[in-house]
Amino acid sequence: MSKTLVIAEISGGRLKKTTHSAITFAREAGFPFDILALGKGVGAAAEELRGFGAGAVLVADDALFANFVAEAFAPTVADVAKAGGYTVVAVTASSFGKDLSPRVAVRLGAGLAPDVSRVANQGGTLVYKRPIYAGNAIATMQVSTPVQVVSVRQSEFAAAAPSGGASAVSAVAASAAPNAARVQFVSFEEVKSERPELTEARVVVAGGRSLKSAENFKTVLEPLVDAFGAALGASRAAVDAGYVPNDLQVGQTGKVVAPGLYVAVGISGAIQHLAGMKNSKVIVAVNKDAEAPIFQVADYGLVADLFKAVPELTDAVKRARADR
Amino acid sequence: MKILVSLKRTADPDNANKVKVAPGGAKVVTDGLEPKVNPFDEYAVETALRLVENGKTRIAGDSVVVASFGPKEAATNIRQALAMGADSGLLYTTDDDSLDGDLVARALAKVVEAQKPDLVILGKQAVDGDSNQVAQELAELLGWPSATFAMSVDLAADKKTVTVGREVDGGVIKLKLTLPAVISVDLRIVGGKAVTNNVTPATHNYNDGPRFAPLPMIIKAKTKPIAEAPIASLGVETALKVKYTGFELPPARKAGIKVKDVGELVDRLRNEAKAL
Repeated sequence: MSKTLVIAEISGGRLKKTTHSAITFAREAGFPFDILALGKGVGAAAEELRGFGAGAVLVADDALFANFVAEAFAPTVADVAKAGGYTVVAVTASSFGKDLSPRVAVRLGAGLAPDVSRVANQGGTLVYKRPIYAGNAIATMQVSTPVQVVSVRQSEFAAAAPSGGASAVSAVAASAAPNAARVQFVSFEEVKSERPELTEARVVVAGGRSLKSAENFKTVLEPLVDAFGAALGASRAAVDAGYVPNDLQVGQTGKVVAPGLYVAVGISGAIQHLAGMKNSKVIVAVNKDAEAPIFQVADYGLVADLFKAVPELTDAVKRARADR
Repeated sequence: MKILVSLKRTADPDNANKVKVAPGGAKVVTDGLEPKVNPFDEYAVETALRLVENGKTRIAGDSVVVASFGPKEAATNIRQALAMGADSGLLYTTDDDSLDGDLVARALAKVVEAQKPDLVILGKQAVDGDSNQVAQELAELLGWPSATFAMSVDLAADKKTVTVGREVDGGVIKLKLTLPAVISVDLRIVGGKAVTNNVTPATHNYNDGPRFAPLPMIIKAKTKPIAEAPIASLGVETALKVKYTGFELPPARKAGIKVKDVGELVDRLRNEAKAL
């Protein structure tokens, strides 16, 4: 009988929202599912996971999982999957899931469906869609092995809401992780922000190289970001120029986002950037180059000097939001 | 120190929006797009070269070997890596359509057994399949420590460990690996100061980005060896674990409009798109 094991992502004891997309995937796949929470001190996160309709919440609470090292996590995930007879192992394709899922696949001799955007259960067979070529083509694929591992694109699977009920919680043992012996966790330098997370925000305001400096990101763009209550994003060019930290990059190889509103400011719209945002519901582009490729995907394009338009837009958005 | 780099040729990623789908969705057609070295693999070559150099000179005894899987034409792309400074190439021939990340990882594991490198460096993903799995699978198959999505690499002076900064959601994780190990590299690894080996003086400046091959190196690369053998010679099971059944183009976004000023933009966002 088919059943799915969802791997929760927990950081510093806190359940990450990425997990909710993997739960949505499990619901759409249509098989009964359980959730596996690995970490150190994950009691609260496990409690939170009980409300999503899983048959069980399995908890591996161990010092081995205090920090994320893939070599430490993979054996336990694979062993739990094997022991429980799971046929599908699902995790969200965050940096955590992308690092972990291929290793679990190897340990299970399973085929991997990476970064899928859709799933359909066709008479018990899972058929996936996944974007390739930076989202310029969509492949349909399935996994031929008896057990399959899937990573799911967060922006394409809406965060699951709790469905009520209280799943049973049971402890599972951590497996030996000999491959972790030659990996030493040194540090996690976290970028902290008061703003919403890029992959979870309803509005994203992103800036490009045309902002010309880190200072202009702060003084020109960030007031607009905050007027919208948005997350801040950036193009690769702006990150490479050192205007903003790496983890704000939107694109094929950065974060993939699909907010209700995406405002691209001074971003020309390279293919790699479009791959990270073109599934946003409404796209606004402000750019002084009327030929910029970003206008080809924008619902509303404003050809203007951003240094003039953005402060005006900031004031207008503040007024509009104050009226609501 | 011996470093193995894997390299894939991909259709020109800067024109990926020109890919087409064959009638019936049987395959993706990249006709007219120049086959280029996958950008992340080019960064892997650059990373490897920086680790075996003392500034502009090669550390005696160190080497960089480039392995690729694909059609015979992929030799052209291996040659590009040799022109950058890699020493030799290995080409395991097969059709591109007969490959996937899982098979490449299993084949690479065999190459590693034969070549016995101290480090394997890979791009974090190929920009055609966008799968992002080979480095992780290779590490697991070998039982080697690994660090994916590297934005910085620091090789210890004794060459026994490497400290890697991994670009992850919300920040940077630093891991210290005992060699031999597997590293997959991200964009930022080609920053001027991202790769250090405790031999090249801190005052040495690398340019940002992968190096351009100067003409003498391009000529020299023609004499460097590329060993060619069918992938079957590695003794791997070539059946794939996944099956691609069709391809389509993504739905086009409907054409948008240009607004005349900020006032119109806000008005439309509020009343038309209901996005305010």
